[in-house]
Amino acid sequence: MADNKNNPNQVSDTGHEWDGIKELNNPCPRWWLNSLWLSGLLVIVYFILYPSLPLVNESTKGLLGWTMIKEYKEDLAKVEAKRAPFEDKLAAMTAEEILADQEMLNYAIGSSKVLFGDNCAACHGTGGAPAEGAGYPNLSDDDWLFGGSVNDIMMSIAKGRAGMMPAHEKLLNTDEVDQLVKFVVDSSNGIQNEAGMALYTSKGCFACHGADAKGIKAMGSANLTDKIWRFSGDEDQIRHTILHGVNDASDPQTRVAVMPQWSEKLAIMLQVRADAIADDEDPNDIDWSDELEGDEGERLTETEIKKLAVYVHQFGGGQ
Amino acid sequence: MNEEANKITNVDDIYDEVSDWHVNTGGIKIVAKRLAGRFRRLKWFGMSIWLVFFLGPYLRWNGAQAILFDLPNRQFNFFHITVYPQDIWMLSLTLLFFAILLAAVTSIAGRVFCGYFCFQTVWTDIYTLIEAKLEGNTPQKATKFNNSPWSFDKLVRKVTKHSLWLAIALLTGVSFAAWFTDAFKLWYDYFTLQAPLPAWIVLGMFTAGTYGFAGFMREQVCFWLCPYARLQGVMYDQDTILPSYDAERGEPRGKLKKGQHQQSKGSCVDCNVCVAVCPTGIDIRKGQQEGCITCGICIDACDSIMDKTQQPRGLIRYASYKELHHNAKTVPLYKRPRVIIYSLILLTALSGVIYGFANLSPTEFKVVHDRQPVFVRLSDGSIQNKYTVKLLNKTKEVMTLRFSIEGLEGATLHGLNEMTVEPGKVIPVTALVRVPDEQLNKSLVPIIFKGKVLTNSNITVRYKSMFIGPK
Repeated sequence: MADNKNNPNQVSDTGHEWDGIKELNNPCPRWWLNSLWLSGLLVIVYFILYPSLPLVNESTKGLLGWTMIKEYKEDLAKVEAKRAPFEDKLAAMTAEEILADQEMLNYAIGSSKVLFGDNCAACHGTGGAPAEGAGYPNLSDDDWLFGGSVNDIMMSIAKGRAGMMPAHEKLLNTDEVDQLVKFVVDSSNGIQNEAGMALYTSKGCFACHGADAKGIKAMGSANLTDKIWRFSGDEDQIRHTILHGVNDASDPQTRVAVMPQWSEKLAIMLQVRADAIADDEDPNDIDWSDELEGDEGERLTETEIKKLAVYVHQFGGGQ
Repeated sequence: MNEEANKITNVDDIYDEVSDWHVNTGGIKIVAKRLAGRFRRLKWFGMSIWLVFFLGPYLRWNGAQAILFDLPNRQFNFFHITVYPQDIWMLSLTLLFFAILLAAVTSIAGRVFCGYFCFQTVWTDIYTLIEAKLEGNTPQKATKFNNSPWSFDKLVRKVTKHSLWLAIALLTGVSFAAWFTDAFKLWYDYFTLQAPLPAWIVLGMFTAGTYGFAGFMREQVCFWLCPYARLQGVMYDQDTILPSYDAERGEPRGKLKKGQHQQSKGSCVDCNVCVAVCPTGIDIRKGQQEGCITCGICIDACDSIMDKTQQPRGLIRYASYKELHHNAKTVPLYKRPRVIIYSLILLTALSGVIYGFANLSPTEFKVVHDRQPVFVRLSDGSIQNKYTVKLLNKTKEVMTLRFSIEGLEGATLHGLNEMTVEPGKVIPVTALVRVPDEQLNKSLVPIIFKGKVLTNSNITVRYKSMFIGPK
């Protein structure tokens, strides 16, 4: 390298010359070269400290023992630590208490979005409204076949739901089916249909749908007098429901409408608690070792189901 | 490489302009001579503006810091005004104002900011003042001092210099941090070593930065780090007045012999005082250059020499290119397009900021329509829309509001009635609006959410949203 400190303006010449322009061999600035060497050094330090060389089975570990998944887990732990006070508080609250507490409600809604997206949205849609004609219940309206209180919703999630309507293909003739279809459409539109009502009653539909055709919550039967259709308000679709029923194993064309069970354990606990209250007993006195085997399935925890119930409840305002 | 490689070439033989290549990249330490004068006084005045930086954080207003950039709480407190991130557009306008102000001033009178106000200039001036007092105020004295063998006196002077530098650097760091947190508490926290980590990082960075930049890098920052020196060319025009050497009058320069009268020579006596006083060590007689921060110190220096040699002042003076070259008539300020355009932008930005401050909303109210689903049919046939109502309380009092809706016949509001919001907090609440099907004849109807603040009857918030139906 030319030493142009001692010989100012004297630099070595590469000997190349084109059209009178000479190529000189000026050295790189010292600071620049030093930075280059330091960068190289940094690579070596990095190789020593971090996982770097891929070997046959796994890479070298590095002195720091850093891994991406470890960093992820640490960050996740931080998030969870931040959420912990809320989660603990939430676990101790009933769903109704959460609904009454604006701060906890906001937390429950915020933190349930992913939970709902992972477990529920595939059928019920992101905002509780399924795709049109998909045949899943809309959670954002005010029609709750199995009850719309937050506790009812919890029970529905825990236990799962499968409404049952027998197929009537072999029980009714075409004329009767047509008459019933007309009755159901009229009822939804608020039109009195005496003949249809008579047929509805004589064929025993009232046993499930109620004497006033408004459905029975305990059975989850549909309210035939409102504007909401569990499957479809289209006449052919109504006929299909009457002919083939819902969840009737004897009819291959039956409508399938099954909500899976998300916590067998919670379903039992909720039932036992409700029974105890109905019998005027203190639910705190229940001996759970008698009631639970200990091997009940739990796809979601009680707190998760509670959060989801609150989340679903606010879709359309609940009941 | 061929055999001709490594042949030594003298660069001067190849290129003519090689003498201009020789720039000081820090190899020569600039020790500027200090002379009193008009521009020196102006510089002191400009520098004194920075007292605001040091003293500002201690202003109190209603028991709190008057001007506080409260980053953790995301608010800017300015006396009784609180600015939230939602009003950030005012910051953009303020920045625009100062950016254009810089351009406007530069186009009129050169790098006024560099010469009189820039922190690099100001801090360097203070640092070199300390250095000159302790180590000698001319390059000769400074070199002699630095080359002298170590003695007790030299040690004391060196230690004093660096201690003073560090003290100023530390004070700079603390003062900067003090704009972002309670100043008095900050001092207490620093002394009790309880300050939070960001405060230490800020202090460390500003101390190191001040000490390094003002103590060692000095004019090198202006030459090689600051983009302004490179941008000045596009901000100047031929009407811009700059400290310039009047070559027509000054050349040919030459030493004045005693008793001899200037006849064949120009006014410049080649005393080099203009170079000796220059804080960036340039020769103004070479014309406009990136190292000139237009501080005018050379004007003071030259004027003093002109007085001594009984020549009129102003061999170096604030003059425009046109004035020096007599090539065109000087255009008055108000006829220069760039001055007019800059002024218009300045006026617009300033009006915007004033408007913003005068119309700061006490709340930030937003109603977001839920999109999944856009509407729902209810069992009685009515249509329901879901909204998320968000209200940010920008006042300093707790706010209670009662909500209602307007603009859509038959619409009823559910789930949202009264809301209480703490100061500086935002609360999202779900609101449901129901409209009977028969009253909805369009698929898109405007609907106004109105919130009446019960705690302060002067405030009513409104937000226009849309109601979406199937038709």
